[in-house]
Amino acid sequence: MNLEELKKIREKAQKDVELRQKQARIRIVVGMGTSGIAAGARDVLKTFVEEVGKRNLTDVIVTQTGEKGLASQEPMVEIFEESKPVVVYGNIDPEKARRVVVEHVVNGQPVSEFAI
Amino acid sequence: MNLVRNHVLISIDAGTIMAGAKGVEKALVDEINKQGLSGEIAVLETGSIGATGQGVVIVVYPEGLYYANVNPEDAKEIVEEHLLKGRPVKRLIMTEMPRQQVIRKEKTGLLKEQARIVLKNSGIINPENIDEYIAAGGYEAIERAFTELKPEGVIREVKESGLVGRGGAAFTTAMKWEFASRAPGQPKYIICNADEGEPGTFKDRLILEGDPHKLIEGMMLAAYAFGGSKGFIYIRGEYALSIERLEKAIQQAREYGILGDNILESGFNFDLAVMKGAGAYVCGEETALIESLEGKRGHPRNKPPYPVTEGLWGKPTVVNNVETLANVPEIVRHGAAWYRGYGTDKCPGTKVYTIIGNVATPGLIEAEMGTTLRDIIYDYAGGIKAGKHFKGALVGGAAGAFLGPEMLDVQMDFINLKEYAAVLGSGAILVMDERTDIVDMLQSVLHFFKHESCGHCVPCRLGTKQLVEIIDRIALGKGKTGDIEKMVKISEVMRDTSFCPLGQSLNLPISSSLKYFKDEVYGRVPATV
Repeated sequence: MNLEELKKIREKAQKDVELRQKQARIRIVVGMGTSGIAAGARDVLKTFVEEVGKRNLTDVIVTQTGEKGLASQEPMVEIFEESKPVVVYGNIDPEKARRVVVEHVVNGQPVSEFAI
Repeated sequence: MNLVRNHVLISIDAGTIMAGAKGVEKALVDEINKQGLSGEIAVLETGSIGATGQGVVIVVYPEGLYYANVNPEDAKEIVEEHLLKGRPVKRLIMTEMPRQQVIRKEKTGLLKEQARIVLKNSGIINPENIDEYIAAGGYEAIERAFTELKPEGVIREVKESGLVGRGGAAFTTAMKWEFASRAPGQPKYIICNADEGEPGTFKDRLILEGDPHKLIEGMMLAAYAFGGSKGFIYIRGEYALSIERLEKAIQQAREYGILGDNILESGFNFDLAVMKGAGAYVCGEETALIESLEGKRGHPRNKPPYPVTEGLWGKPTVVNNVETLANVPEIVRHGAAWYRGYGTDKCPGTKVYTIIGNVATPGLIEAEMGTTLRDIIYDYAGGIKAGKHFKGALVGGAAGAFLGPEMLDVQMDFINLKEYAAVLGSGAILVMDERTDIVDMLQSVLHFFKHESCGHCVPCRLGTKQLVEIIDRIALGKGKTGDIEKMVKISEVMRDTSFCPLGQSLNLPISSSLKYFKDEVYGRVPATV
């Protein structure tokens, strides 16, 4: 190995470690209360994780929270973005989750039809 | 790329392993698999997070939430509630947090983040993965050394940084390297003294367990600076986990071409071996250590010649402590001026302390040189255990000094403490509250020295025995008039005539206990007419 290769390893490894505890630009929070899980929040969360991973969005974290108290709207997803109001989506499924990633997270256009 | 949304860091060190960390780790992984979360949640081992006596400790990121006293049975709840549903398990959240974030600095009057140089990565990275060390800026220093500084530049940076040995004697590190670089003879050796035997000290173990690559890089830089080609890590045989992680780290470094021949195509050759010690206190003395490494009985050698000219197998050898070497990569990486931003003018940098005894949160801390004992005890260690008061502290290990309450506000660094006839030593701080009996403490210190005296020289061999006889008598309430004076006299003779620091340093605990707790010690000797 030479110094050039060491640099490459460093850059790649830094990205991996960064993900663990960084301050994210966007936080995707999936409601994972009992009713959320019953309504399919598990698959939604999985989809977000996959999509964010696939697109290599290193400044986005996907996390979960408890019951929101709006059982009829589950699965619910909140998108937190710096200096922007929180956007809350209801009745999300994996298909909708993919659109949220493309339109909202990547392109910055909240998907108004899913918002509640 | 696979995105992991939660990382669970489990602190694996000898203490947490005894508390069952491996069982907890397995239970967590099993539960995560069972819930089908294996792709999203990663469980990683890391070094000590600086808290002891709190059982198995885990940290969940990105929240940065600490759980303490975790049992395998709790794994299900943590996974189901926290990792799946996002509801932290309140009953397990650590209440006695190690105070690592802030420290009050008298100098600036500001709240300041704890200065972590040596322990920068401990409890944060996975010590068994070289990539994580590299990500944290690891092996950047060696890069700078090869391309920019060259050997003279490395010595210059370390010299300007003012780094002194952290093992206890506080000798200027760069000076050792300079002597060795000028000494004739090949090959030259670097030895890392990891034979941590000072009672109450376990900082080196936690540095090694938490960040083994840092030591490897430090040793490489030292060897590169003075022209060494082979290194040995002389480590306590009991440090099983440190040995395992070091050997793994060495193996990984070899695979990456960071150890071996023509390192990173620089033309520099260097390799390392781990050697186990057999637990003799005297082998912490560098020449006794070298004897032991050569396969002989661990007795100190005559000095001079010093190891820097005639050390291991008669060749120029540098012996540095773990913590000293762990400072080197950061100094070389950021430069001497950066390093001097920490600590005091005369003693730059930080010191790693192990704080034990009657405090709320015993453990491992790193503080800037010049931090007061009061700050260390009350800011970092959470103060004295509930309802008790500070009586005194034994600072610097068994070969250290007792300090009374009047010493709480003295700035602690190697030079300043010398003025008060105290030492920083290895950085062990044993805190005592009013329940502690000073004579008891002194008795155990003296027994320790009698046990560890290697028998090579008369003052130490006989002196320790005499001292134990006297202190045993005093402890039983059968002390005679003049016993205390005799103890002082014997220890003074030992200080002046013993062959190595083992016998020389015994005077310190005796004289300091009398300095701060005179009435208590004298009160134990019945007055005779």
